[in-house]
Amino acid sequence: MFPELNNLLNTTPDRAEQGKLTLLCDANTDGSFLVHHFLSFYLKANCKVCFVALIQSFSHYNIVGQKLGVSLTVARECGQLVFLEGLKSSVDVFFRAQAEPHPLQFLREANAENLQPLYEFVREALKPVDDGEAAWRCPVLLVDDLSVLLSLGMGAVAVLDFIHYCRATVCWERKGNIVALVHDSGDTEDEENNILLNGLSHQSHLILRAEGLATGFCRDVHGQLRILWRTPSQPTTQRDQSLTYQYKIQDKSVSFFAKGMSPAVL
Amino acid sequence: MAAVATCGTGAGSTGSVVAAGSKNHVTSFQRRGPRASGSDSSYSRLVSIAGTRPSVRNGQLLVSTGLPALDQLLGGGLAVGTVLLIEEDKYNIYSSLLFKYFLAEGIINGHTLLVASAKEDPADILQELPAPLLDDNFKKDFDEEACNHKTAESNIKMKIAWRYQLLPKMEQAGPVSSSRFGHYYDASKKMPQELIEASKWHGFFFPEKSSSTLNIEPCSLTHGYIKLLQFIQNIIYEEGFDGSNPQKKQKNILRIGIQNLGSPLWGDDICCTENGNSHSLTKFLYVLRGLLRTSLSACMITMPTHLIQNKAIISRVTNLSDTVVGLESFIGSERETNPLYKDYHGLIHIRQIPRLNNLIYDVSDVKDLAFKLKRKLFTIEWVQDNYLRQERNIYPPGFSYLLKQKDSAWGEGSLQHSTFLMSFLAKATAFASRLVRHSEPLEQTGSGRALQAAGPRLWRDGRRQEAPGLLVTPP
Repeated sequence: MFPELNNLLNTTPDRAEQGKLTLLCDANTDGSFLVHHFLSFYLKANCKVCFVALIQSFSHYNIVGQKLGVSLTVARECGQLVFLEGLKSSVDVFFRAQAEPHPLQFLREANAENLQPLYEFVREALKPVDDGEAAWRCPVLLVDDLSVLLSLGMGAVAVLDFIHYCRATVCWERKGNIVALVHDSGDTEDEENNILLNGLSHQSHLILRAEGLATGFCRDVHGQLRILWRTPSQPTTQRDQSLTYQYKIQDKSVSFFAKGMSPAVL
Repeated sequence: MAAVATCGTGAGSTGSVVAAGSKNHVTSFQRRGPRASGSDSSYSRLVSIAGTRPSVRNGQLLVSTGLPALDQLLGGGLAVGTVLLIEEDKYNIYSSLLFKYFLAEGIINGHTLLVASAKEDPADILQELPAPLLDDNFKKDFDEEACNHKTAESNIKMKIAWRYQLLPKMEQAGPVSSSRFGHYYDASKKMPQELIEASKWHGFFFPEKSSSTLNIEPCSLTHGYIKLLQFIQNIIYEEGFDGSNPQKKQKNILRIGIQNLGSPLWGDDICCTENGNSHSLTKFLYVLRGLLRTSLSACMITMPTHLIQNKAIISRVTNLSDTVVGLESFIGSERETNPLYKDYHGLIHIRQIPRLNNLIYDVSDVKDLAFKLKRKLFTIEWVQDNYLRQERNIYPPGFSYLLKQKDSAWGEGSLQHSTFLMSFLAKATAFASRLVRHSEPLEQTGSGRALQAAGPRLWRDGRRQEAPGLLVTPP
């Protein structure tokens, strides 16, 4: 986790909030550093994490996690982390017919209707352990990323349904959190992606949006981060609070600063 | 061998080693400490793979793309287990050349090749590979060409345009011996037949394989993609590239080259209509990437993205690939006559570079890159280099230029001063040269303590001569 981002979001691993849906969004840049942040944050906060990693392999997250201070192999062995590696399982699902329903079943089917097997997997993974031993703090579902599900043949409505089911189970029933990454395609007319993004933006409590700079590539400022706090269930009598920072990604951390106040310029 | 030497120093300095996977899967993405048990034999096994080297930044195993200039732009090479997507230029001239360089590099390094095409028979593709350049016969020609435009360039220190001097020069190194990482190829000659026959390759020609039946239930992938995936998976399993076959212990890299993916010849209609089968290609790329991540292979795909009707698919394809490079050739476009792009054949855009095992990635600072294919060499350069070279053609070094500076007598100025100050007076920079330049240097007529600073030949011999240039009175 990045300590500067914790300060900006006003949280620490000890007093992490519960029952929240956080939406990570990136436009014209790579927002995967936010996924690494939240993964290490919730592992340090002693939460049980179910990570649906559809884009990269386990060792990628593990190596970056070690730079941020968590070990994914240890967490997986002691049961804190349930890791679904999309790339590796897709090969198994695609080439060999599985006996029992696999969470990525839709890869084999021509017209997959919904993501129910994936939801069953998440529900099973985050089931509360009821044999009395030291339980984890709260369940967390982390998805990287949801736009890939659109590329694999699911409709935007099916993905929104999946998130809705997960919210009902994880956020409301078990008082946990959900963090999901969606790519913003910008001006390319990807309508399904826009439907998904708008639908999730209306449901989420916190939106972190990483954008590339409007002026193009810069060596010292890698992008701009917009943080938006929302209260989706209550009527909007109070304004949603929004902050904008610019950031630079370094080897083991990310430094944030106000717009135009990059240390390279001052 | 030089490759082994760099592997050794790389491992020693970073302290991490690209080692084989522990149980079943051999993947280059795992990294172990130097004290891991039983890793010595597997470490030496991977280090000794010809044609690979570990990345300086994260220890990732890299292979060369066949173009050392492109390797430099991609941060050292193509990482094993990843996909390099080349967006084809309009007439598929330079992208097929890059494809051939990739395969030729595999033959030189002794890698196993898998060539898939729906247009040409892979055997024919292999016959047309360029020949590698060896040291002796090429070095003379390369030095001749290089010294044509390296005369005084690197020696002149720029005074006004000094920021350009700080940017790194593109590597113009000559050919190297065959044991090093990247090789140079001669596009005008063919690869010797004995090298092709000595290499191990598998071909997938879609028109031949399309008739056999499928043994997988129909999903939204087109027929051609399913057959290609099964073929690739078969080769990977049979030859042991993923380490799961107990009989085969593979010590080599599989280079997969897929040509014109997404074109109608593969049975896909995304280039024909806008509402075609929009998930077929993206699903294919996803499963392909899953196969690559769990095996010792690297893949280059060329795709005619300029033909894809639905632009959303292009952004999805970019997100599903690791490295994306776009080629834009100048043939037939208005840029052919643009003086800025004189001598170049096209632009090369590095659209995406992956961040593997890391938060950061190697990105080059130079963004406007152009390529040219000379007789024997495919070079990539920064576009502004050409512009500066043209400026020097108007004001060649070795002549002196007079320039009036503010509140001072006439004096000699440097090349950059004259260009900068005079070009805004003239309608075109060519006219400025006529204003400023005079052919002979001034003669010393005095004692030599003060430099001759008067106007050219104005007061020679005590008599006023006629003034040059603009001050001539009309007859």
